[in-house]
Amino acid sequence: MTVDRSRLPIPGEDRPFHFPRIVRRSLANGLELRAVRHRSVPVVSMVLLVPGGSSVDPDAAHGLVSMTAGLLDEGSRGQSALEIAERVARIGGDLDVEVGMDAVAIGLTTLDRFFESGLELVHEIVTAPNLANDDFNRIRNLRLERLAQMKDHAAAIAERAFARVLYGSHPYGHLSLGSEPALTAMTVDTVRAMHAALFTPAGATLVIVGDRSENQLLDRASAMFDPWRAAASTMTIDRAAGLTPPPATPLAALAVIHRPGAAQSELRIGHVCAARSTPDYSRLLVLNAILGGEFVSRLNLNLRESKGYTYGVRTGFNLRRGIGPFVMQTSVGTDVTGPAIHEALAEIHAIAADRLATGDEVGQAFASLSKGYPRGFETAGQVARSVAQLALHNLPDTYFEEFVPRLAQVTADDVSAAARQYLASAKMTTVIVGDLDKIHGSLAGLGLGPHHVMAAETQ
Amino acid sequence: MQISYTKRTLSNGLDVIVHEDHQLPMVAVNVWYHVGSKNERPGRTGFAHLFEHLMFEGSANHDHGYFPPLQRAGGLLNGSTNVDRTNYWEVVPTGALDLALWMESDRMGYLLPALTDQKFNNQRDVVLNERRQNYENRPYGLAGVAMSAAMYPPDHPYHWPTIGSAEDIRAARLDEVREFFQTYYHAGNASLSLAGDIETAQAFELAERYFGGLPAGPAVDRVRVDARLKESATLVLDDRVELPRLYISWHSPAMFAEGDAELDIVADVIAHGKTSRLYKSLVYERRIATDISAYQLSREMGGMFQVACTASAGIALPELNSAILGAIVELANGGLTSAEIERGVAQTEAQFIYRLQTIGGKGDQLNAYNTFAGNPGFFDADRQRYFDVTSRGAAAAVSRWLINAPSVSLSVVPKGRRDLALPGAAEVQVS
Repeated sequence: MTVDRSRLPIPGEDRPFHFPRIVRRSLANGLELRAVRHRSVPVVSMVLLVPGGSSVDPDAAHGLVSMTAGLLDEGSRGQSALEIAERVARIGGDLDVEVGMDAVAIGLTTLDRFFESGLELVHEIVTAPNLANDDFNRIRNLRLERLAQMKDHAAAIAERAFARVLYGSHPYGHLSLGSEPALTAMTVDTVRAMHAALFTPAGATLVIVGDRSENQLLDRASAMFDPWRAAASTMTIDRAAGLTPPPATPLAALAVIHRPGAAQSELRIGHVCAARSTPDYSRLLVLNAILGGEFVSRLNLNLRESKGYTYGVRTGFNLRRGIGPFVMQTSVGTDVTGPAIHEALAEIHAIAADRLATGDEVGQAFASLSKGYPRGFETAGQVARSVAQLALHNLPDTYFEEFVPRLAQVTADDVSAAARQYLASAKMTTVIVGDLDKIHGSLAGLGLGPHHVMAAETQ
Repeated sequence: MQISYTKRTLSNGLDVIVHEDHQLPMVAVNVWYHVGSKNERPGRTGFAHLFEHLMFEGSANHDHGYFPPLQRAGGLLNGSTNVDRTNYWEVVPTGALDLALWMESDRMGYLLPALTDQKFNNQRDVVLNERRQNYENRPYGLAGVAMSAAMYPPDHPYHWPTIGSAEDIRAARLDEVREFFQTYYHAGNASLSLAGDIETAQAFELAERYFGGLPAGPAVDRVRVDARLKESATLVLDDRVELPRLYISWHSPAMFAEGDAELDIVADVIAHGKTSRLYKSLVYERRIATDISAYQLSREMGGMFQVACTASAGIALPELNSAILGAIVELANGGLTSAEIERGVAQTEAQFIYRLQTIGGKGDQLNAYNTFAGNPGFFDADRQRYFDVTSRGAAAAVSRWLINAPSVSLSVVPKGRRDLALPGAAEVQVS
């Protein structure tokens, strides 16, 4: 049979996909358990989600939550960091401690036959870390050196400056790693106090995904975590600190971090935008896909495929428990920095003004977001992280099933309304990390007013 | 554990490998072309990677971008290039399998009629941006380029980086690029795997329908060039970095050759995780380094074993150098401990199983084994190589490849801080 090459084949119907069924259990100590049976390779993944990430760092101790979380696997119950590492290695474990702005997530993936050992390990490092002074000093020094190295990394400098310009002293205004003065002033006592205050069973959620019955997964987890009790702490933390409204206006509309001789200009453009709880979440997903969320988005087709200014450009609505930012990120040739910013701002403006999203674009975005959706549930680790996100944002267990039907309701008018409401050209900040001497001339023509020169390390 | 599969070769030489897994209503389509930057010539570098870009820009019967129809169908797609091979893949909902095969076969058979100056010039700019972003504007980003250049003579195919030299990319001409495509991108030099929600019989039928009529293409001569370092070299590169870093590289066994698995385990024992010998001694105990890594880079024509170590503030690289060389001598003399072997086996087993978690991972693995071992079912044999590693075997591999062999040391130091480099280092220029 020959192939008809006069036109592309039209995709057939989607086959049905069953989203993970979540089984819940609550422990007396307040810990919430979630289990999902996942039939694939003999692997178990677990995520312990503790709400309150870097946004609960005390004002004078930026980096404390991350430092505390980072010390969890540096020794526990009297065993050294090396002994803990050896135990992880012997079960072929992949242990990962992630500190976000809203939560700390401790993840472990291991082979099914090591499930019980893995569970014990996670329990132990969270509830009984040594938090020894010597380990604290060692990890602090490594982090100070990492902060020093970030000064050479254009993307890291841009991230840090962008957060600072948008959020100022708001809890979302600093990176989880913290700052040099804060780390230097920190003591192991504050780490211990933070550990006792932050790592409590009440409010936390443990998600377990593997090829065993949900009840068996839950029984093992209950037995292990049931005795966990919150410790007394000298520190009071506010897990809702991120919910404070961010500043209405950014520190600057155009900020430059001068990097003499830089091979490219690293760019961030955006503004504070919305919380994850916004009822317009589905609309924002579609808007983002059209504007800059995918390879075929307007921004990428313009800046990369048409102009050749960049290797790639992306946008995202980084929605959090509190108000998160809209951000566009890219790295462009030094000589085209001005034109690239001009084009980017024009595209962002146009989708809310004179080139509104078309029905075809919305159809394309919907198809790509919905038809590819099951791909996010392929591995036990992906399922565990997705279920943990539901817990963080207080979303129902039926969320995955409802995702596509909700998305299907979004119309072109909805997307335009969302663009007008959530993309504000007047509030837009542009951060550039690049060679100011070379790009200086092209900035004036942008109409963004005078540029504000920042240092690479903003506190 | 094993990846079950069926393999057939079409009359035009295209290998087709099918693996069924109905967990997800999706299929991973994966095409490997047995061409990489090692098939390029000095002065004409970066072509294989440039094609990885041009292959998404349209073909004769679909002269538009490749992303819109596939993304619209819910597909995820990309490609990658290294010294030895290039792959193109998409994971699509089962209903879009015909679409994916139509498109993959169209660019295999009919790319050149759609390749215009305009597309070529645009993607050349994109690649130059990629090079600046990922190499030139990144701390230590040019170290790998400098190391390959020092390890291999200028006419050796591993001398230049896969991204190519900026000068060559600028000078590339469309007719040369066309000729490169005609030489390497055809059914006889490719391997197609279909993994996921598909019946085996139907998969072969579809493969035959879309690819069966494409020409085999000219036979491809495999590149085989031996490389040996005549003597050790000590080099220094100034970079925009805060902390100096030392790289030490040796020539090592080719992929799947004797000693390859041993050196892979040795790399883990030296530098993977806190319990590794050098992390423990340099980062954990003595605190003179902030990080350490080591790997055995297995490649078709020959491998490269490399250790990289970043100094803590105030530490000069000679101190790290003697510690690293000392650990290597210890391994040559004493081999591995039983705890190290046990750990190596546990981690190997886990890593092999983790690779089977996705249909995309399995499809790519089947093509890798088919292309490099001539057998998609090499999974068990590959894993067995690691289980068979002994203390004595590891010691022998270290002696042969790392002790009694020349090496290249590269100090990357902050501008103006040559005093931190190894003594007598010669300056290298990279761009």
